[in-house]
Amino acid sequence: MRLLNLKPDRTWSIALAALPFAALLAAYMMGSAMRLAENPNDKLLPSLTAMGEAVKHYALEPDPRSGLYLMWNDTLSSMSLLLTALAISTFIALVFGILIGLLPIMGATFGPVVGVASMVPPLALLPILFIIMGLGDAAKIALIVIGTALKLIRDVALRVEDLPREQLIKAQTLGASTWQIGLRVVLPQMLPRLIDSVRLELGPAWLFLIAAEAIASDSGLGYRIFLVRRYLAMDVIIPYVIWITLLAFLMDLALRLLQRKAFPWFAGARAA
Amino acid sequence: MTAIVFDNVWKEYGDHVVLERIDLTIAPRSFVALVGPSGCGKTTFLRMLLGEEKPTRGKILVGGNPLKTEPDADRGVVFQRYSVFPHLTVLANVMIGREFERACLLGKLFGEARRAAEAEARHLLEAVGLKGHEDKYPASLSGGMQQRLALAQAINRKPRILLLDEPFGALDPGIRADIHVLIRRIWNENSLTIVMVTHDLSEAFRLGTRVIAFERPRNRPEELERYGATLGEVSAKAIVAASGASITQDFDVWPRKVAEPLPSADTQLDLKLASANGAKPPG
Repeated sequence: MRLLNLKPDRTWSIALAALPFAALLAAYMMGSAMRLAENPNDKLLPSLTAMGEAVKHYALEPDPRSGLYLMWNDTLSSMSLLLTALAISTFIALVFGILIGLLPIMGATFGPVVGVASMVPPLALLPILFIIMGLGDAAKIALIVIGTALKLIRDVALRVEDLPREQLIKAQTLGASTWQIGLRVVLPQMLPRLIDSVRLELGPAWLFLIAAEAIASDSGLGYRIFLVRRYLAMDVIIPYVIWITLLAFLMDLALRLLQRKAFPWFAGARAA
Repeated sequence: MTAIVFDNVWKEYGDHVVLERIDLTIAPRSFVALVGPSGCGKTTFLRMLLGEEKPTRGKILVGGNPLKTEPDADRGVVFQRYSVFPHLTVLANVMIGREFERACLLGKLFGEARRAAEAEARHLLEAVGLKGHEDKYPASLSGGMQQRLALAQAINRKPRILLLDEPFGALDPGIRADIHVLIRRIWNENSLTIVMVTHDLSEAFRLGTRVIAFERPRNRPEELERYGATLGEVSAKAIVAASGASITQDFDVWPRKVAEPLPSADTQLDLKLASANGAKPPG
């Protein structure tokens, strides 16, 4: 049988998917054991037990100075910034994207400026944001919004333009006004597509969050990583990175499930 | 009743003349089939009638008044594809026309008004043979069923003119025959003038009361080369600039078909369920 016709069944799929993870873990454990055998005080590749200890210390014991459970506090702080910013971005993208994509007048007015503005590297704006908005949460949220909203707007606008013209004509022959077409024809069809776009923007959103936290903050996952970097505390950094990855993965999964459950028509319409 | 009059209509895109010298009067309640080779401008003709394109020269009158310059509820349309909304169920696809009409702000009806619109839509779906499919999404319907849905959706707003842009072009022959029966019945039972673009001649003659052929004279540069004509570049251009497609054949179909006289003014827009349930449609 040809290789390209060999399809793993369910059990095999799971096993094969687990394989690279297991290999990575094994390679790390071997490397860590080798270095620790040479120098028990090595900080670069801490053992799993050391990392477990650190996680226990950060997640399950209150910090003696502040009385906070640091890891949960960091998570809460980062997630609230991230989710607030993404909610603002999504809303802006939906409103402006549909306006730009649906109305030629709006497209002519705002299309070019959004196109140019989305090319500004958002991190280059960070100092400006810190100067204008101070070092608090507002500047960080603003960075994530600027970094993600402009691309989302362009994406939504393009997807509105991709709607078959027949649909818009048909709606008009059913007597719909521009407002009604936006509300009943365009908006509901954009929501599931927007979920796809937001999923792709999760990566950049995390990037901007961690960059902003690294520079000016007193809590947050990015802040903690950059703080303990001074002590080469790899036993904290590595679990934090894994935790951030897991959070991002779960957000992606949640969005995918939301798309499937809330828009049952979308899979069929996309395939057609 | 609403006669459609084309008064010396031209359509040009820049130098390119698509249609020229279209003089045409379409009688109320006729079923006009437009035929012609691809690229002959029959779809452009339909788009002008739809209000999506404006004629470069000349006038289009409907019932003596100039045609509205944008698509509107007095002209229904069914395209070959993308005629229905993929995000709405079959039932909601039919109801949405009424919702656009009655709910200006939200485009959605509630309570009693919604129940009335829903009953009306169910009735119509039954008449076009989609009973039992009300809660499905269009993507799970076959091509023929999607076109039935598109027809139901279009006639729910009771337009006076129904425009069909190769509506059955993508369907299998058997399904096409069934849907021909349906469109004939819709035409018979509603106060409709139908204009249909098709490139199936037999379909045109079977359904139409009048068949109009569009053709473009064969004198475009690439065609001139093909036919071995030897015209200088300049003069070839000059001819191209002045040669859009125009009507080359126009005849009433024999034996003469006429729409059934409508029973009375208030029931005329109702689809009769009786004929949906097996009785042979007239004609």
